[in-house]
Amino acid sequence: MGLDIMKIALADDDVDDRMLFEEAIESIAIKTQLNLFVDGQQLMDHLQKSKLALPEIIFLDLNMPIKNGMQCLQEIRGDQTLRHLCVAIYSTSSSEKDIEETFVQGANIYINKPNSFGALKKAIEKVLKINWQYHTSNLNKGNFLLRI
Amino acid sequence: MEIVHIAIDYDTICKKVLHDQLNGIGLDFTLNQLTEIQFQSPLSDHQKSEMGKALKTYGITLLKDRRQVMVQRIKDAIVELIYDSEKHRKHNVSTFLTQRLNYSYAYLSSQFSEVTHTSIENFIILKKIDAAKQLIIEKNLTLTEIAYRLNYSSVAHLSAQFKKTTGLTPSAFQRIIKKRGEKDIVPKQ
Repeated sequence: MGLDIMKIALADDDVDDRMLFEEAIESIAIKTQLNLFVDGQQLMDHLQKSKLALPEIIFLDLNMPIKNGMQCLQEIRGDQTLRHLCVAIYSTSSSEKDIEETFVQGANIYINKPNSFGALKKAIEKVLKINWQYHTSNLNKGNFLLRI
Repeated sequence: MEIVHIAIDYDTICKKVLHDQLNGIGLDFTLNQLTEIQFQSPLSDHQKSEMGKALKTYGITLLKDRRQVMVQRIKDAIVELIYDSEKHRKHNVSTFLTQRLNYSYAYLSSQFSEVTHTSIENFIILKKIDAAKQLIIEKNLTLTEIAYRLNYSSVAHLSAQFKKTTGLTPSAFQRIIKKRGEKDIVPKQ
């Protein structure tokens, strides 16, 4: 039940999006520690290195250079020490087919990038609060699907 | 490839883990409830930390502060109510919690919100939807049966709450989990 600080990772190649995300997370009441990555490869290298201090939740942009979000998701789900991590897809695509495919590939959460700061803050807050419940209560993590 | 379906009794697993681990480090104990362990003699700090380490691997955490203990008792009572539909039909949640924990509902709900970032009401919804998901997958029950078991007034109410909580319809959820099974993708257990 102890979860004093929630560790969060975000991989997004857009500098503005990273900044907004950081600002939104800082304004939320849950204590967090955020790590930012500019592409999927950088994120995966970090995860491989920090196996003892893995994040409670990873936010992945789908379109990134070098390694995209879908490739990261598949690598994470295929890795014995990483596959239990909670993964949130954070993307502008709102195609039903794309969304369902990310869930089938093992994403827990799908967030359509909101177009206002207020909506972004609300979406992230909802995700963190629900993720917190999954980490501190006896909820079935294998069935954790959330679309915002 | 062959797929074998299994049913899991979580209580039995937890009890077995507690017995094996605690006996393993030589502690003599009785289990009052699944979330309360009673020891014959007081534990040293070393024993406590040994016990904490042994149980952590299994996702079992020792609760340190009094509020955490209260929140855990509230959660246990909620689970008991949700999974026992007879009891659930007879009691409303606030009277049940008040009787069980012997504090006013206002006090319980403020303590709960401070510790968990959510309200008792929202936690109940999350837990019921979690139960509904399990019933959809494991038992292949229809929504009508699930709505009855979990004490929803109608299928429409269950579907609406499912959609509001998860952002997905029950049938989309079922389709995704089924496809995952076919591809052998099991993200989190």
